[in-house]
Amino acid sequence: MTALSRAGDRGRLLDARAGLRGWRGNVLLGRPGGLWPLASTLIAGGLALPILTVLASLVQPRDPLWDHLARTVLPVYLTNTLALAVGVGLGTLLLGTGTAWLVTMCRFPGRGLFEWALLLPMAMPTYLIAYAYTDLLQFSGPVQSTLRAWTGWSRQDYWFPQIRSLGGAIFVMALVLYPYVYLLARAAFLQQSGCLLEVSRTLGRGPWRTFLTVALPLARPALVAGAALAVMEALADYGAVQYFAVDTLSTGIYRTWFGMNSLATATQLAAWLVLMVFGVLVLERLGRGRARYYYTTAALRPLPTYALRRLAALLAMLGCALPVTLGFVVPAGAFAMMTRRGGDPLWGPAFLQLASNTFLLAVLAAALAVLLALVLAYSLRLAPSPVTHLTTRLAALGYAVPGAVIAVGVLIVAGWLDNVALGALRSALGLPPGLVFSGTLAALVFAYLVRYLTGSFTTVEASLTRIRPSLDEAARTLGHGTPSMLWRVHLPLLRGGLLTAALLVFVDVMKELPATLAIRPFNFDTLAIRVYRLATDERLAEASTAALAIVAVGLLPVLALSMAIARARPGARDT
Amino acid sequence: MSRLVRVLLIAAVGVTALVAALVPLASAQSREINVYSARHYDTDRSLYDGFTQLTGVRVNLIEGTEDQLIERIRNEGANSPADVLITVDAGRLWRAQQAGLLQPVTTATLVARVPEHLRDPEGYWWGLSKRARVIVYAKGRVDPAELPTYESLADPKWRGRIVVRSSNHVYNQSLVGSLIEALGPEATEAWARGLVANFARPPQGGDIDQLKAVAAGEADIAISNSYYLARLLKSNDPAERQAAEGLGVIFPNQNDRGTHVNISGAGVVATARNRDQAIAFLEYLTSDRAQEIFALGNSEYPVVPGVPLDPVLESWGPFKEDTLNAARYAANSPLALMIMDRAGWR
Repeated sequence: MTALSRAGDRGRLLDARAGLRGWRGNVLLGRPGGLWPLASTLIAGGLALPILTVLASLVQPRDPLWDHLARTVLPVYLTNTLALAVGVGLGTLLLGTGTAWLVTMCRFPGRGLFEWALLLPMAMPTYLIAYAYTDLLQFSGPVQSTLRAWTGWSRQDYWFPQIRSLGGAIFVMALVLYPYVYLLARAAFLQQSGCLLEVSRTLGRGPWRTFLTVALPLARPALVAGAALAVMEALADYGAVQYFAVDTLSTGIYRTWFGMNSLATATQLAAWLVLMVFGVLVLERLGRGRARYYYTTAALRPLPTYALRRLAALLAMLGCALPVTLGFVVPAGAFAMMTRRGGDPLWGPAFLQLASNTFLLAVLAAALAVLLALVLAYSLRLAPSPVTHLTTRLAALGYAVPGAVIAVGVLIVAGWLDNVALGALRSALGLPPGLVFSGTLAALVFAYLVRYLTGSFTTVEASLTRIRPSLDEAARTLGHGTPSMLWRVHLPLLRGGLLTAALLVFVDVMKELPATLAIRPFNFDTLAIRVYRLATDERLAEASTAALAIVAVGLLPVLALSMAIARARPGARDT
Repeated sequence: MSRLVRVLLIAAVGVTALVAALVPLASAQSREINVYSARHYDTDRSLYDGFTQLTGVRVNLIEGTEDQLIERIRNEGANSPADVLITVDAGRLWRAQQAGLLQPVTTATLVARVPEHLRDPEGYWWGLSKRARVIVYAKGRVDPAELPTYESLADPKWRGRIVVRSSNHVYNQSLVGSLIEALGPEATEAWARGLVANFARPPQGGDIDQLKAVAAGEADIAISNSYYLARLLKSNDPAERQAAEGLGVIFPNQNDRGTHVNISGAGVVATARNRDQAIAFLEYLTSDRAQEIFALGNSEYPVVPGVPLDPVLESWGPFKEDTLNAARYAANSPLALMIMDRAGWR
């Protein structure tokens, strides 16, 4: 034991005796960690407010409508939702991990192309891919019609998988949600030390066993985080499951709320959904385990890659090409063909206005989300306490609650703020009435933050946990205060993770629909709203141009991120 | 810059922002109206522009689903900028009225132009266009004489041949609501069970998906709103037009109460600040010019008698419509949904 660590021990002992360990000590002694719990509480409290407002109606007594639901449709909702979660979780893990490993660790023709191409499905929202595949594979669609024309069969003569089913929903969602796992898995694999893999090889393990027994467990936090994100996204989806006629808790909430005009019962259904999300989060925590994943050496050798021979190379190419084709090329192609047949008549300056609105919102929300996620992640790291743990968990709940429920929560909160809080202030100051929060961009961005903070927080936290605490301690001994440490030591290491987080939020906001529909200000439309309007009016072909636009705009950050990640690998510049 | 100066600067900026936020944006309130509309047809833009040209009043439009619009008006409360609420279904207008979000307005023009069964008796909301929920069948596979009424759809001889959209949609809820009024809840539930037994596939998609399914041979009979078939017949895509030409339309219950019609209508919001302009807007929407845009733009039936119809609708001829007041079937929609749940109509 060095003199330094012994001094540290003595210091901690003294603090413990004075009852000043941890956050209490931080606050009382004015140490840098003191403000963190306060900041994280404020952020998390503000973001959790809409959800808590919605959950608060749970304490109201149950009405007979709940019994009606429990007897008729609730079991179906629960089983379908669970099946969807499990199916999407497994599907995305398989697709994401497999492709990430192939692309980072193996050499085969086309690998450079697939490295960024595998991210493409992320630009495709779940409802768009649902529309596209339904159009293609339904009974009256081109695939089945051609089949019937070639073979002369009619409806009773053949069996074709029904795309509008639970299986179909799992299939299309896995195809567009696997990039979450792919991104995080790839970041984890890229960051892993070549030394570990080489040691594994010298101990006699072939590439497969190295992957299964060394690389995979090390990447577990990232994989679990990615799968959790994908599952929560699937649970919150409304457009695709509704279009596919799959009854889940999401569709049930809308149906009960609007069809039966019972917000209270719909909220109770929402509570079940939130409980499921809780379950996913708990499983994720357990999945990460109590182990801590750090690198004990700073010498990150370039990764040894395996060259694949003919058959293996072919299989690898196929394995990478399939998700991209099915998840991106096919739906985008379907929309492109629809556009050729008869696209959106709105092309022109109005369309550009829609595009710039969408872009503005997405950039704003992404920047704010990453900032808040950073604050929350640091509060967990620098001042861990029951308070910060609870508040960060609360802040992360918004992701799985359907956008429309969050929208209602935000509207209720904004309405309260405008009518009660500011109303009192106005009458006290004698100002005329008017709305400040409701129906403004601020409320909309707030709703986005509530919903999408989890994505950026999980990514940032996963990145942060890869930086071992001894780096912090070393920085402190070299005289860095906390801000200086964050800026000069952590930020360069976190760059890849921050960019990933920003991208996730950007693309999600661009695709977002229910909350935008409900909260947006007057005369402010986004591309997603345009698509939804046309598609719900069953003018899918006219929606195709706007759909392609959403996908195109989403592509640019995908490509930018792909390049940035490859450059941000620690030690990459040394080579 | 010293720490103190920095803190003071941030505080000053914050306070300024807060004060600035409290001062409302100056807007010429008397020269615009704020319309919350659940209609999502592009042709409506020409309607609103027409009003602006006529009166100089700007129309600010916010579109969304009716339920979200209603929830939003409810939350905005006394400060809501909404002046007019437009929906595509009578049930939601009734619901907004029940929630106290609308105010009654009655003018001679509106009373004269909107038929009695297409408006609220107390003037809370007014129908602006009409749509019939019709039975569409595949010519050659179905004899229309065997389907004279909605009730005949439950006949076991149609097993596996009927498609209709989900019970989630307000169009079906209003239809079943009108059946509850005509037959009573028990008979309606028996009818719903019979209908569900005749489904060719679990309800999925919208009305046009049902029409396409019939055209493709997946089913033989569909229930749909009139303007969807008209839209298919006028489609730019020759394949769709050809598919639609193989479909025939039945207006049910011509020998008794008449075909169920729903309205797309509007009401003035209770807290409207531009009440006079809102009323003028409603009156404008019942003018011949606006009714023609409704009719020709989306192939709906105008509410005002004497306005020329879309040629496709004209070719279907006149029909007897159910003159049950919209408020009556609208009030039944929650019960309708429960009945459909119990019958297994997803």
